[in-house]
Amino acid sequence: MRAVLIYTTAEGQNMGDNAINNHVEKNMSQTIISIQGLDKTYSNGFSALKDVSLEVAEGEILALLGPNGAGKTTLIGSICGLVSPSSGVVEVGGFDIHKNARKARSMIGLVPQEIALEIFSTVWDTVRFSRGLFGCKADDAYIETLLKSLSLWDKKDNTIVSLSGGMKRRVMIAKALSHQPKVLFLDEPTAGVDVALRKDMWEVVDKLRKTGVTIILTTHYIEEAEEMADRIAVIRKGEILLVEEKEALLQRFGQKQVHLHLTAELTQMPSALEESDLELSADKKTITYTYDVMSKRTGITSLIAELAKNNVHIRDIDTRKSSLEEVFLSLVEEQKS
Amino acid sequence: MNKTAIKAIYRSEMKRFFRTIAQSMFSPVLSTVLYFVVFGAAIGSRIESVEGIAYGAFIVPGLVMLAVLQQSISNAAFGIYFPKFTGTIYELFSAPINFVEIIIGYVGAAATKSLIVAAVILITATFFVDIKIAHPLWAFAFLVLTALSFSLLGFIIGIWAKNFEQLQIIPMLVVTPLVFLGGAFYSANMLPGIWQIVVKFNPVLYLISGFRWSFFNVADVPVMISLIAISLFLFICIAIIGWIFKTGWRLRE
Repeated sequence: MRAVLIYTTAEGQNMGDNAINNHVEKNMSQTIISIQGLDKTYSNGFSALKDVSLEVAEGEILALLGPNGAGKTTLIGSICGLVSPSSGVVEVGGFDIHKNARKARSMIGLVPQEIALEIFSTVWDTVRFSRGLFGCKADDAYIETLLKSLSLWDKKDNTIVSLSGGMKRRVMIAKALSHQPKVLFLDEPTAGVDVALRKDMWEVVDKLRKTGVTIILTTHYIEEAEEMADRIAVIRKGEILLVEEKEALLQRFGQKQVHLHLTAELTQMPSALEESDLELSADKKTITYTYDVMSKRTGITSLIAELAKNNVHIRDIDTRKSSLEEVFLSLVEEQKS
Repeated sequence: MNKTAIKAIYRSEMKRFFRTIAQSMFSPVLSTVLYFVVFGAAIGSRIESVEGIAYGAFIVPGLVMLAVLQQSISNAAFGIYFPKFTGTIYELFSAPINFVEIIIGYVGAAATKSLIVAAVILITATFFVDIKIAHPLWAFAFLVLTALSFSLLGFIIGIWAKNFEQLQIIPMLVVTPLVFLGGAFYSANMLPGIWQIVVKFNPVLYLISGFRWSFFNVADVPVMISLIAISLFLFICIAIIGWIFKTGWRLRE
């Protein structure tokens, strides 16, 4: 099914299809957020951000990945005006967040980590309120489209208190999108959410991606970054360890495994293969070979040739890339040493 | 000036008021009726008149002021404390609005609410006593100035308060005594010697005196002094709020 979310810029220009095409072509050279030398030291002396510099391209989805307390929320808060940075320059759409706060902020939509809603208000009222707060003229047609795209339309007259947790999160997103921002911040969109809701949130983000809105999300679930992001910034103890395309990151740190499922039990490993780094499963029907994707010669061809030579028949082959979790751990380990 | 944002805040605050209109109105009207029964009928019947005015009518301006003070403070304090408490204040900070606009929205709504309550109380009072307002424009001006300045005070309390107890404590511990010692139910001239001087330090005296003057042409202090006092109070509240927003006190890390 085609995504139904129609997204228009503040000027009212429809950018639905163009945005999709742009995205497909990966035409994302325009910088929309530029952060330089951002520092934040809290009054109790805790240094939450240390000289953070980061550029975010228009239309991309960037995941800020890091453990709890890494500074993800402080970073988002500094850009959105919730936290006053100690030093550094942040520009959104070319506007400085302090000198040109109005223009910068009107481009931003924020969905904080905690659900915070006026519980006795209706969905419709609260989303309309947010739009007004951001200085946009009422546009009921747009809000209708927005609520429909987030599957909230039939709940529009419900009070917030009557909604489920997942629906409340959608309302938070609807509020953040009510003024048609160019950048959307999702702070831990799936924290404390069950598996079904998490999948649901991924779908919402996927829909948003197609509208061309730039998304910066924070997560400590590697799976989530892997699922949604184009680029990943790994943040730890207030420092950005690295920023890289997701694929590149996976490749750089990625190890891959190939599983060869055999038709019959292999009682004896062929002598030529005894030296190589192979694992035979307990039922003796699967051979696992681990290799580095980046190495020049992976050795798969010779492995299979050797097996064929020894009359070992392969029923099936599957491969598995290491997850970001493993990448992340090895990265953090690397930094420590 | 982000007028759309001011309107959005104002409308959403008023909407909450009308959503709970019964509670919003019932309590001030009930307490006014009780005051009339106790002070107007039961005790008032033994007091012939104060400064030539029937006691029942004499207490009306004081009762209205009492309600306006309490309503302004609690509406505004609650109005800004609630987003702090529920966390929805993040939206105010991330929106393209400045503090002046936030204040106009919240304080404007709080003042409007207390003016509505004042009107309802005045109407209620007409069921008990005959009221003629000698200077309606002055009365209105005093009401608006009082509603605005005490809504500002309420706003400050709402920002200052870290919990619901603190939110209640100023209205309970400070405002109610000030109103009772501010001549809501008597003329300051009726107090014994030293107290006449003490009450001159009570800002609420000037409000009630000025407001009462606009009803009956009778005042404890000259009306211009009342006007200067309330304006001064308004100015002090604005100055404090200006400082709060400049420093981000209790609002922003």
